[in-house]
Amino acid sequence: MKTFAAIDVGSYELAMKIFEISSNKGIKEVDYIRHRIDLGTDTFATGKISNARVDELCRVLRDYGEIMKSYKADQYKAYGTSAIRETENRMIVLDQIAQRTGITIEVLSNSEQRFLNYKSIASIGDDFNRIIEKGTAIVDIGGGSIQVSLFDKDMLMTTQNMRLGVLRLQDRLGRLNIRPEQNEIMLDEIVSSQLSVFKKLYLKDKAIENIIVVDDYVSAVVGKNVAGLEQSSVEATAMDKFLERVRAKSVQEVSRILGMPEENVPLLFISGVLINRIAKVMGAKLIWVPGVTLCDGIAYEYAERSKLIKPAHDFEQDIIACAQNISKRYMGSRRRSETLEKIALTIYDSMKKVHGLGRRERLLLRIATLLHDCGKYISLVNLGECSYNIIMSTEIIGLSHVEREIVANVVKYNHMDFDYYEAMGKDGSLTRKEYLTIAKLTAILKIANGLDRSHKQKFKNVKTTLKEEQLIITVDASLDVTLEKGLFSKRADFFEEVYSVRPIIRQSR
Amino acid sequence: MDFSKDKFYTNRELSWLQFDKRVLAEAKDKDNPLFERLKFLSITASNLDEFFMVRVASLKDMVSAGYKKRDIAGMTAARQLAMVVEETHKLVDEQYIAYNRSLMPQLAKNGLHIIRHHEDLNKEDAAYVDRYFADNVYPVLTPMAVDSSRPFPLIRNRSLNLGALMKKKNGEGELDFATVQVPSVLSRIVTIPAAEETKVILLEEVIERNIHKLFLNYDIVCSYPFRIMRNADLIIEEDEAEDLLQEIEKQLKQRQWGQVIRLEVEEGIDDRLLKLIRDELEIEQEDIYAIRGPLDLTFLMKMYGLEGFDDLKEHSYLKPQPVPELEDETDMFGRIREGDILMHHPYQTFEPVVNFIRQAAKDPDVLAIKQTLYRVSGNSPIVAALEQAADYGKQVSVLVELKARFDEENNIVWAKKLEKAGCHVIYGLVGLKTHSKITLVVRREEHGIRRYVHLGTGNYNDTTAKLYTDIGLFTCSESIGEDATAVFNMLSGYSEPRNWNKLSLAPLWLKDRFLYLINREKEYALQGRTAHIIAKMNSLCDKEIIEALYAASAAGVKIELIIRGICCLKVGVPGVSENITVRSIVGNYLEHARIFYFENDGKPEYYCSSADWMPRNLDRRVEILFPVEKPQLQEKLRHILDCQLRDTVKASVLQTDGSYEKTGKTNGKAFNSQLYFCMEARDLARAEKDTGNKRIFIPETHHAE
Repeated sequence: MKTFAAIDVGSYELAMKIFEISSNKGIKEVDYIRHRIDLGTDTFATGKISNARVDELCRVLRDYGEIMKSYKADQYKAYGTSAIRETENRMIVLDQIAQRTGITIEVLSNSEQRFLNYKSIASIGDDFNRIIEKGTAIVDIGGGSIQVSLFDKDMLMTTQNMRLGVLRLQDRLGRLNIRPEQNEIMLDEIVSSQLSVFKKLYLKDKAIENIIVVDDYVSAVVGKNVAGLEQSSVEATAMDKFLERVRAKSVQEVSRILGMPEENVPLLFISGVLINRIAKVMGAKLIWVPGVTLCDGIAYEYAERSKLIKPAHDFEQDIIACAQNISKRYMGSRRRSETLEKIALTIYDSMKKVHGLGRRERLLLRIATLLHDCGKYISLVNLGECSYNIIMSTEIIGLSHVEREIVANVVKYNHMDFDYYEAMGKDGSLTRKEYLTIAKLTAILKIANGLDRSHKQKFKNVKTTLKEEQLIITVDASLDVTLEKGLFSKRADFFEEVYSVRPIIRQSR
Repeated sequence: MDFSKDKFYTNRELSWLQFDKRVLAEAKDKDNPLFERLKFLSITASNLDEFFMVRVASLKDMVSAGYKKRDIAGMTAARQLAMVVEETHKLVDEQYIAYNRSLMPQLAKNGLHIIRHHEDLNKEDAAYVDRYFADNVYPVLTPMAVDSSRPFPLIRNRSLNLGALMKKKNGEGELDFATVQVPSVLSRIVTIPAAEETKVILLEEVIERNIHKLFLNYDIVCSYPFRIMRNADLIIEEDEAEDLLQEIEKQLKQRQWGQVIRLEVEEGIDDRLLKLIRDELEIEQEDIYAIRGPLDLTFLMKMYGLEGFDDLKEHSYLKPQPVPELEDETDMFGRIREGDILMHHPYQTFEPVVNFIRQAAKDPDVLAIKQTLYRVSGNSPIVAALEQAADYGKQVSVLVELKARFDEENNIVWAKKLEKAGCHVIYGLVGLKTHSKITLVVRREEHGIRRYVHLGTGNYNDTTAKLYTDIGLFTCSESIGEDATAVFNMLSGYSEPRNWNKLSLAPLWLKDRFLYLINREKEYALQGRTAHIIAKMNSLCDKEIIEALYAASAAGVKIELIIRGICCLKVGVPGVSENITVRSIVGNYLEHARIFYFENDGKPEYYCSSADWMPRNLDRRVEILFPVEKPQLQEKLRHILDCQLRDTVKASVLQTDGSYEKTGKTNGKAFNSQLYFCMEARDLARAEKDTGNKRIFIPETHHAE
């Protein structure tokens, strides 16, 4: 049994959960500590976290450290989300915190954060798996934005971020000089306009029956004897009933009845309206509010990585499904992608001893093959740059920002000459290790792409063998590979440069 | 029906005075042993002191601040003050009637002579007293004279003093004033050696007799004892205070400087002396109490301790009995795992609670101990056990409520002591007193973290646990454990949990919970089902709750209240409270448990709490209400309530006119619930011991020839 602490340094709250994790009992929460701290306002307004806030953060984190110690926690993970992410002096602040508290905070990208939230829902297991058999949308409501992820037949289809976070909406309503009764109408208008675009682009005529909600406000009152929301899983019409109740009462009354701080009541209302509107647009019948938090996702991830639990869901498949959908959107050829994937992975696997990369990098390579020419949708000439930009501006749930950048670069340099570290890393965003990963994956993709130059899938049944300083690529003798062979040498040069291994095409006789 | 009308409510101060009268009735009750009656009389006096310092003081503040808000009964502060003063004068008169006419003669009859005036001493005794003065008293006295160069000295709050008028020996000039404090370091009771009987004289008489020795250049014209009471209400500006602790320390030093709100003088005091004191202390005529006897009757509590009068004391009540499930050496945690355990103090000993912490301190599997402390005894074994736990490397968090009334100084001392021992001491939430009594022990066991919780209605104070009746519950229920963890997180300043499993907490949720439970009974009554509430507490004065009770009563809910102290509810008001009865039990032990029973349409619910139905408990304190769910334990609670409702000896019943009357025997049988609980606890402990003994086999020993 392991005791694990998950810390979520959120924009408006610093939360820690203590878990006991064991292979036979799964994940059990034993403590949940929350401290309200407004890091968001500082960061979103000035780009920096004020010293006073850093002091407060350190003080509470030190306390959390003591609490962890008191549970004899074996491990912890502390993640910062948007407030930390958008802080300009992030590195300095995080180092300061680490020095002062001994706690290292890692920063989550939006997609990683959403992915963890998604994992936290999936970690519930059976309920989740049953629900996503039908068309389902996970609506993850944050302060700044919301993330809508669509499932069809237990596969993640797409995930989109919309700037409709509750705090942002509250801020926007605050700027309008309107009567309180008008709030809801305005909200509906703002939300509907974005949702209809989303619907047109991604929903088309897919039927969404269920909505799974992750948020901080509605989740907090579900199950609290509130009309309409007595249970975590309710019919979509219950939301109407609930909103009706909230609407009729003063903020003070709602706060008293629900045992919720007064300042949260308007946010509860916005969150409710948002959920209701989304449910209506999608025509959902059921709303499920499992009440999970990022901390649950962090624990799940830890448990999964340390092999304490079996994954409840194939998340890798989700990432791939997402990439496939992106490729489809930009008119990628499925067949070609498959061939490329096959060749690239064959080479990757034979080169294992040489490149020393792992399972995760293999996944990145797969995604790179799936997205290898998405840029051609925009320009056949600037294929590399365009692909890079598309990938960088499309969220792939489950990939961290850095991983996405690796994929984008691999795709880009597949089409362009490779830039060396000094040129590529001039903005300092990539580490040496990440740079090398890009180089290694690019070299493989270039070869694979070279072998399928004619796009006729001639190399579908390719075999590769690593022999000392040579990578022997064996293809069927009956095929004409003159074109490939002719264009191969430049790509082979780069491969050799990276691996000191020369790829050679051979036809089996 | 509007249940909120003023006329349906009793003013709380007047109701409190009724309570003190009930205590006084015990002092008058000839069925009580003589020395117990002394004790009760002493309690009425110390009660009255506290009442003045807190309640009367605050009424005075309200009047001088021009505060216009009316109380629950629609009275202005000025009107309340006038009535309180009038009633208090009556009460004090009654105290001294009891003292002079009933207790003094009885004491003399039983061989204890209190020499009222030093003039009554015989020659031999006088010589002894003078010697006693010279040897023991004189060295600690600080006489202070007032003249043009020396200002009127500070008279300490609640101190007993002698005031004297005197004249220069050369006969010139006006009368001068002098005062000397009767030192509190010496016993107020001076025993005069006597062969057969016991003779005592009060210290102030000894000093008065010798006062001329303090002012050698003067002739003493007259001297009389006097005592003052100052406004002691401690108002802390928490928003401004940098550090709560420092602020309280500062305030404590200021307390004795408060405004004088009561002056007690011996009846027949010299008018010139009285005028002088009155003018100097700026006190109104109605706040002067002319006392027919010794001032400050709290000395009677010391008198109780005099040797040789055992036969005049109560012996029918037994010392706290062992709790059968939790004998001294049992593994507390193992026992609690077997099932929840309910304790009834002081009939059952408080020792298991101390043991619980002691065992937790030593247990290698215990990770953390968390506890709230409100009032702790001087040499608390609990504090010692917590220190030890910290010493053994446990994470020990203690919430110390510094503002427990009149105990601040004491609290600061041991808060510092705990801190020094390595405990994490928290001082609670700004603006809210932490009144809840909860202990959490976190233990790492084979199957993961397990939490053991003790919840109580009384303080973690081993001394008062012998005198106060309280309920304590040990449990390792997961859901209560989770809640307990959340309680301590909240008290450490972290956000409240999203949801409570079993506990209800004041100030945020408790009142609503009670209102919900009361209204639920009302709904059942309206549907024509049996609805019944039994509630036992110390005080009832929350208007919303009373309104809900009225509404429930009007709907037909049977409501039986057992309220020791203040009760602002009126019984027998047609259409309002005809179904409500209120009884107060004032007995050998101080009734302190809060137990609540709700019929719930045949699925009864039982709760215990640290909170009374008072606004201060429900709105301004951290309090806990916990359910008792095990059927056997519910039966125990019902039994306790039923016995108290049957009590014919110590119970008084509230009448429609607001007075209380003793119930009197039913069917000629007297039933004293406190005594009955004692016997029951003894039988229970004995039964366990007997069955226990059967399992012990005594080996035959070798007999030496």
